[in-house]
This record gives sequence, C-alpha cells and structure tokens, in this order.
Amino acid sequence: MSQALIELVKQSFPDAVLESHSQLGDDTLVLAPGRWKEVCRFLKDHEQSSMNMLIDLTAVDFPNREPRFEVVAHLYSLDRGHRLRLKTRVGDRDGETVELDTIADLWGSANWLERECYDLFGVTFVGHPDLRRILLYPEFDGHPLRKDYPAERIQPLLQYRDEPNINKVAPFGPDEGMPFGRQTHKFGIEGEDDHLAPRPRVITPADN
Amino acid sequence: MGELKPTTTSILEPGQQSGFATTKFEALLAWAQKYSLFMNPFVTACCGMEFMAVSSPRYDFSRFGSEAPRFSPRQSDLLWVVGTIVQRQAPILKRIYEQMAEPKWVLAFGTCASSGGFYDNYACVAGIDKIIPCDVYVPGCPPRPEAVLDGLMLLQDKIQRGDRTPGIVKPRIDPVQAPDTALVQLRRSRSSAPPAGIKP
Amino acid sequence: MEPLDQDLDASELELPTEPMLLNVGPAHPAMHGTVRIVMELSGEVIERCDVQVGYLHRGFEKMCERGNWTQVFPYADRLNYVSPMLNNVGFSLACEKLLGVTVPERCQWYRMILGEMARISDHLTCDGAMAMELGAFTPFLWMIKCREMVWEVMEEETGARMTHSFGRIGGMAAPPTDGFKDHVRAVVAHIMQVLGEVERLLLGNRIFLDRLENVGVISAEDAISLGWTGPCLRAAGVPYDVRKAHPYMKYGEVDFDVPVGTNSDSFDRFMVRIAEMRQSARIIEQCLERMPDSGPVNVDDPRIILPPKNEVYNTIEGTIQHFKIVMEGVKLPAGEVYGYTEAGNGEFGFYLVSDGSGTPYRVRIRPPCFLVTAGLERVITGQMMADVVPSFGSLNMIGGECDR
Repeated sequence: MSQALIELVKQSFPDAVLESHSQLGDDTLVLAPGRWKEVCRFLKDHEQSSMNMLIDLTAVDFPNREPRFEVVAHLYSLDRGHRLRLKTRVGDRDGETVELDTIADLWGSANWLERECYDLFGVTFVGHPDLRRILLYPEFDGHPLRKDYPAERIQPLLQYRDEPNINKVAPFGPDEGMPFGRQTHKFGIEGEDDHLAPRPRVITPADN
Repeated sequence: MGELKPTTTSILEPGQQSGFATTKFEALLAWAQKYSLFMNPFVTACCGMEFMAVSSPRYDFSRFGSEAPRFSPRQSDLLWVVGTIVQRQAPILKRIYEQMAEPKWVLAFGTCASSGGFYDNYACVAGIDKIIPCDVYVPGCPPRPEAVLDGLMLLQDKIQRGDRTPGIVKPRIDPVQAPDTALVQLRRSRSSAPPAGIKP
Repeated sequence: MEPLDQDLDASELELPTEPMLLNVGPAHPAMHGTVRIVMELSGEVIERCDVQVGYLHRGFEKMCERGNWTQVFPYADRLNYVSPMLNNVGFSLACEKLLGVTVPERCQWYRMILGEMARISDHLTCDGAMAMELGAFTPFLWMIKCREMVWEVMEEETGARMTHSFGRIGGMAAPPTDGFKDHVRAVVAHIMQVLGEVERLLLGNRIFLDRLENVGVISAEDAISLGWTGPCLRAAGVPYDVRKAHPYMKYGEVDFDVPVGTNSDSFDRFMVRIAEMRQSARIIEQCLERMPDSGPVNVDDPRIILPPKNEVYNTIEGTIQHFKIVMEGVKLPAGEVYGYTEAGNGEFGFYLVSDGSGTPYRVRIRPPCFLVTAGLERVITGQMMADVVPSFGSLNMIGGECDR
C-alpha cells in the first residue's frame, strides 16, 4: 500500500492529479494529459519514489466517454518495491486526434510499448523516435483493439487462392476414411469400423 | 523396368481419383519418395512444441524416413506448416512454398494450419489452404504425436498411390479404454516411472 | 595488368562501401519462425539492426472480449505455450484478485507444483533449443525426453499434454489424481539426474563455452530500463523474482534461492535457467510434503464454481448454479486489477478491466518476452552474425507471448 506515493505526487503536482484511488492493493492516479511526462519524470528521478521500471503501458477504449481512450502505465521501483498505476484520458469521440507525450526517453521499455499502443489503438505519442506499427503489417488499415473495429473484419495481405468453394475445401469438405491400405488394430469395439468414434459412456451418479 | 517417360511422376488434380502407378518404375520412384521425405518445418506456434516432441526419441519421425529437417525450401519436398499462420506471415509461407521444387507435398499440422483454429479474427488466415494447396490435414490443438505420425503415414500412402486429393487424419479409438492391448502394455513398460495405483 | 606482387592501396580500388543489408527472415530456424531481423552488416559485424515482431499476432486481446471470463483460459494457455500452466495460474490469480477470493490451501500447493513443473518444462525447452542451435543435438534430445516425462504428469492430471486449459477461476478443473505425488517425485528425480548429465556434457566443452561467454552482453541499467524481468534480468545481476519480492500463494513459506548471474552474457542466461530448474525441484519437493492429501480444491462459492455432476442432475440448486455459470459465465465485479506472477520469462501480468457483465471489457497481458525482445537490438548490435543465434536463443522469445 503506497499511499505515501500518492500523497507525494499530489503535493508536488496538485493540479495534475484529477483522481486517485487504492483498490485491491493497487494504487492509481489519474493525471491530466498535459502533465503526463512531467509526473513520470518526477516519479522516476525522485529518491522517494525511484520508479526505475516501466512495467506496462497500454490503453483502454471507452467509446461512450469523452475523452475516449484511457492510457494506463504501470510503474515499479526495484529498490523500494512499490508500484503505481498512472492513467490519463485522451482522444476525441471519433478517435481522430489521440495524442500524448512520449515517455520513451525516460524508460527504454516505452519504445515498443508505445508502438504497440499506437498499432492497436491509434494513440499517437508525440516525440516518439520511431512510431510505426509493430504487431500488424504496415498495409493494415485501422486499429483493431478499438471497440468499433469488428473482430471478424479480415484484411488479407495476400489474395486467397482461386479455388471454387474455397471455404468448403477439406477439412470442411468430404473427407477420407481410414484404413489406408494397411492393417489396423481393432481396439475392442466389436463389429464396427475403426474410423468411427466410440460410443460415449453414460454417466450415472454412482460414478462420482 | 518400365519405359522412361519424360515426366515420371504424374501430379493429379484434386478431385481426380487416383490411378495406381502404371509402371514399375513409377511404383519404385513413389516408394523411394515416400520413404525419404525431406521435411521443411515451417514452425510458428504452439504446435512447434509437439513438433519437437514428434522429432524426439519417443515418437521419432525419422524412422519413417523423414530423418533430417531441411530448413531450406530448395532442399526439401515436404512442407510441414506447424502452427498458426497469420496474415502477416502469409506471403512468406507462399514464397517458401513456391521456392520448393516439384514434386512437393504440404502437411498442415494442427488446427490453426488446417482451418484457422479458434482464432476467428482479423489477424489469422483461416487455414493454409486459402493460400497454398494442402495434402494432409492433421487436426488437433496440438495434435498428439501419434496423430501426426498417422498423418505422415497417410501421406506416404497417398504418395505411393499417386493420389493428390487432400485427406484428413481421423481420430483413433483411445487405447486407454482397452487396457489389455499390446500397445498399452508396451507403452507402460517403456514409460519412465510407472506410477503405482493409477487406474487405467 | 599490374604485377601480382605489388600491394594495392585500398583507396585506389573502387570497393563498395555501403553496408550489406541482410534479412534474417521469419522463416528461419534460429528466429523460431516469428521474428524478422533486418541487419546492416559490415563484414560479419552487425552495425545496426531492426527487429520486427508480430508474425504471430493472433489477436488474443480482442478474442477475450467476445466470450466470458472462463473462455479466456484456452487463449491464455497459448501465450507462453512452453509453460501453459503458469499462464493459467496467473490468469486465475488475477481474476481471483478482482473477485476477492482465495483458493483453499490444497489448491495453492497443487497450483504451485504444476506451475513449477511447467517452469521446468520451459527451461528445458529453452536450454535444449539453445544447445541444439549451437550444434549440440544430444542434450536437446535428453532434455526433450525429460520434458516428455513432465508432459506425462500433465497428461495424467489434466488430460492434455500441452495446452491443458486446466485453471479455473476459484480453483482448478479437477482435483489431483491418486498417484500424483509419487509420479511427480519420480519424474523430478530423473530430471535432476539428466540435468547433471547435460552439465557434464556441455560445460566442459570449449567450443560451447566460447560461443556463449561474453556474447550478447547487456548492462544491468539497460536491462532495467528496458523492463526486463525473469531469468534474463537475473543473469544481468539483478535479483528480482516476483516469488520472492511479492510472494503469492505459498511461495513465502517455501525455501528456495534465486540464482543470479554475474556477466550478463548468454552463458549466464543459460546457467541461470539450469539453476532455476534445480530450485524448482526444491520447491516441488517441499510442496509435495506439505500438500494435504484430501480436502477441497475449489472455492466453496456457488457463483463461480460448477457444482458436482450428481448435484446438477438431482438437486434444483445444482441445476440452477450450473446453468447460470455455463450460460452467463462467471461474473466478475466491475473494476480493474493488475495481477502478476513469475512466469517462465519473468513478470507476467494481467491487467483486467471488468464492467460487471460476464464479458471481459479489456484483458491486457503484460508479456515479459516482448520487452526482452525489444532489447534484442541492443544485445546484438556490435556482435557478429553468428553470435545472434545463441544470444537470441538465450532470451527465450516465445512467439505466442511476444506477439499475442
């Protein structure tokens, strides 16, 4: 429980902290987006906090809220063993301009984490050295983890084969049976072929 | 010896039922091909772990003639597509397939390679047969090594018969339900630590 | 033509000076099929490189938002697929943290034993593959043989060798079998014996040592800044292990050491994993002694645990409970939580956001080897091309976890 951390940030940046809570053992601070980098740098350098590890950086999409995205960072201090969750809310309803300052110059892990956030959510990190897609291919259009991107919308990179009924080729089409030209062992089902599944056992209450 | 034709292996179109090898030379050639399949394991995901298990001493596919995995498509004739193929990986798979020389076969190892598995989303290709033609499908997530060996034997049978219709490995009856069979006794005698008191 | 014994000044020749671009593509055995490195080489030395991942991005986080909480378990299995039980346990713990329940003691010991077996399987695979990529095929086969034995235990307990989906919110899918303890003891004893044989085979080999020592070095400050955790960070000299720093389940009550390396090279990463396997065996032994032989494995809460089948068929409460849990899913309360455990590659966290309905709103995995692979660029820049193979192998990049 690091209430002390929350108090420290609140005292040093009284106007940057919008909310704070401690639930289930996690301490959370919600910051104003304009002060994101300042507070992160403070937490990293100050000796009482000394957050030398950025554990995770991600976003959550709340399409009914304005601002829409909530960027969440988890910080950890190896020396002191305390954790903190920082959140900030950015982005307009359409998801067109979603911008936040980068923290890639503070922690090396933010480089790829912010790239992933950009890839899957479309959050642009201002000042990032190399903001491009990381998990998806560059030709992909859209940001799949947003709630308005349907999961089944496929953007194939390669043209599918020109087969008639391509969705019905094997293994969905007619399939081949066994045995295939050699002796097969019969495993105890009398009078039936090997390629049929065994009949299920009926479960009675006495079995349990 | 039969007469030497300019194309000694006839690749049949899918759907066309096979003929048997019409010459003794073709039969001999098919026998040689099926017992010396150089595989190209295109391993991506979890099925790769089962692939390692199939290659290791207990299940060992090298006793089927598939001794050496050749990671170069130029040197192999069987492409094992092991694991999920995502959209980003699809052009690479296609290129690897095109780089292989005829005659070549493809074995789809696992459900993700056969039909996309439970990844019905924007990222995955719903089965490699959308991209390259496939000869044998081994379903399972991941398939048991015995199922993979069944798939390999099925493919060998197809090669002998010159059949190019795609085939699927069907599940066998669980030997554990018939504990007095020789297979189960053999496996028990060879397994490392037969535990006391385990019910079959 | 000039006489052949005359030395030519290099400036007189028109030699190409731009560095060579080499694509070590995803379809490469050393890259484990899913990482592409585009490198600029000057001779054999890597000047710059660009590590591209994402060739196994399967949309895990999006798929979780389409089912209910229990349906996440099969997806969680396929994250770090060499140690699936650790992923299951990690997710169960995160959900239970959100729910506010603690599983019974027998379940905690059971989860610990299965988790440590999975960790042994993970390290066996990593070290075996690393040895194989350097040409030592025999230790790989020995380690895979040991892994088969671990998988036999898993198969007896869960029914599946690898991706078992055995964890449940509030317990496990089934109680331990009768011969569980003896089986595990025999298997672990054999694995330790084989580990000794592997060490005797490899650690005296000059070539093996030369290829791994002082190759792929990264400083501890860089590793911390990059967010590395797990064996790679411990090989850099930082003794951070979630089981010791923030004990969960019964890890605070068992005795084990945390192996730490000194040189932070590939050899240290290799040896840290071997030492961790020995520590896991120690943990397993203590857990086996202390695990009760009878008692409930699941939490006694009708809202999250399925009732036994005879109650489902014979009592109305059982039927209703079964129906609600299967049709509507376990309902986690609204809120968010970050639950983390020590998986095979480091701190494996789940950031769960729940809106109170049975469908997860956001399931975020904090993937340890994504961040470790982010450091690959720093590890291999300046090394020779041939050093990429052991360096990359020692990082244990698992595609399912890195790309999700």
